[in-house]
Amino acid sequence: MTSAHLFAFSGVALLGAGLLGVLAHRHLVRRVVGLNLAGSGVFLVIVALARRSDPPDPVPHALVLTGLVVGLSATALALALAVRLHRETGAARVPEEDGP
Amino acid sequence: MSGAAWAIGAVLVPLAGATAALVGGARAGRWVGLATAGASAACAGGLASAVLAGGTVRHRVGGWGAPLGIELRADGLSALMLVMVAAVGIAVTVSAAAYFGGAGGGEEQGRRRLLFWPLWLFLWAALDALFLAADVFNVYVTLELVGLSAVGLVALAGDRAALGAAARYLVLALLGSLAYLLGVGLLYAGLGTLDAGGIRAALGPGLLATAAGALVLGGLALKAALFPLHGWLPPAHAGAPAPVSAALSALVVKAAFYLLVRFTREILPGAALPRAEVLLGALGAAGIVWGSLQALRQDRLKGVVAYSTVAQLGYLFLFFPLARDAGAATALSGAGLFALAHALAKAALFLASGAILKALPSDRLDGLAGLGSRMPLTAAAVAVASVSILALPPSGGFAGKWLLLSTAFATGRWGWAVPMLLGGVLAAGYSFRVLERAIASTPGDAPPVRAPLAMELSALALALAAFAVGLVPWAPLRLLGAGGALAGVAP
Repeated sequence: MTSAHLFAFSGVALLGAGLLGVLAHRHLVRRVVGLNLAGSGVFLVIVALARRSDPPDPVPHALVLTGLVVGLSATALALALAVRLHRETGAARVPEEDGP
Repeated sequence: MSGAAWAIGAVLVPLAGATAALVGGARAGRWVGLATAGASAACAGGLASAVLAGGTVRHRVGGWGAPLGIELRADGLSALMLVMVAAVGIAVTVSAAAYFGGAGGGEEQGRRRLLFWPLWLFLWAALDALFLAADVFNVYVTLELVGLSAVGLVALAGDRAALGAAARYLVLALLGSLAYLLGVGLLYAGLGTLDAGGIRAALGPGLLATAAGALVLGGLALKAALFPLHGWLPPAHAGAPAPVSAALSALVVKAAFYLLVRFTREILPGAALPRAEVLLGALGAAGIVWGSLQALRQDRLKGVVAYSTVAQLGYLFLFFPLARDAGAATALSGAGLFALAHALAKAALFLASGAILKALPSDRLDGLAGLGSRMPLTAAAVAVASVSILALPPSGGFAGKWLLLSTAFATGRWGWAVPMLLGGVLAAGYSFRVLERAIASTPGDAPPVRAPLAMELSALALALAAFAVGLVPWAPLRLLGAGGALAGVAP
């Protein structure tokens, strides 16, 4: 097992843990943590795949850097929403399935 | 100006407008918005005429081509989508200038006025960039830009319902993007290219195509609110301010559908995901029935219109099973016309409900009695737009549905006609619930507050445009066919 394999399997494990967190919790902050974990897992898989060639392919790194920026912006937006939700409702929970 | 310059303008003009609106503040926002909308629509029109005249327009931004550079590509389908964004965008902008206009409304209204214009123009720029993206990673970036600005717009109302809907929308949009990104990462790892054309040339059937295809299509289906992944849509679309609802329901969901068309028809090889088209179609058919039944149960106008979007998106998904083999050209024409007519009619209905909410205390269906005599322009907009949603001839909705139906009959896939016909009956049910109250009831008192004329007129103009698509269907179809709308498909 090479280090690339180790990274790829860790990435998949992180992705699974993150998805579980998103699906199992209704609290927005926990879901944001889950999304970030899942996102890191996806990035790790992509970077690990780039390790298969020597020297490593730079394009996936560029993709992951862009993905990190997007993830940071999305996290900031989600946390701002969590603060507003907490102020309005007293809890930053994502509502259950219901109509408009 | 060349086609490439128009394409660059279609992205840069709204982007610059958004920045100017952000810097200019609440006072300038409205005028920046109106000017930007006009200029962006002119770019879309210029690009459409360039595509009509010379076929597909390509441009390498900064001279950097694939695989690292950003390439813009506008074929007939892209150009039609840009024109759709422009037409709906102008009406939404005019309506919003009145909706968020005026000085009053207190601190909360001032905050909305400040934030609406940059978010809306960012959304416009992101949509234009998405429809012009030529490689699958730029698609990811533009999808996220669309999603983040759309979430911001949903949260704009600032109350509990809107914030909750925005939070749900954000979580699901990010899940969809992660699936898409992982699929794109696998494609690159396997093929070494991100260019749509390059992937099509290199990708054969196999495990890679199946895994990447499933991730990409699943992520996009979530964003397109395909049944049963549609739960986030009705609260988000019904809870937002009316101009926002119009933009989301008419345009944002079409972006994900557009990408699904590109991926299934152009990028992934047919054998990669056997039966994927049938699965998409079957879920679309379920969406038609479920969305229509839920629309029948709503007691507020915006709720009816939002669930109607779930149902109408279902028709678009019937494109996938119908477009196999011989049906490709007619099905694409049908889906293109249907998407355009739905965008115009749905935006008209949401803008009309915005006008109603300005004049009446609520948009409850019970309170709409006598709308025809109290707000004749808005009632006319609701009626004409409903004709297109109902797909009655000769409206745009009819032209699109007719082409989809005739594909089903011509290729012997009769089964797919059943949900279309059933959906028509159910749509009649929920539309007449609204129309009956709005037009046939006894006249009530004149509303104490008059809705701004610009809001009523923009809704009516969109409704008439949706109707007109059915009178001159060859105009959008000629654009759709320009430059070979999809690889190997010439409508």
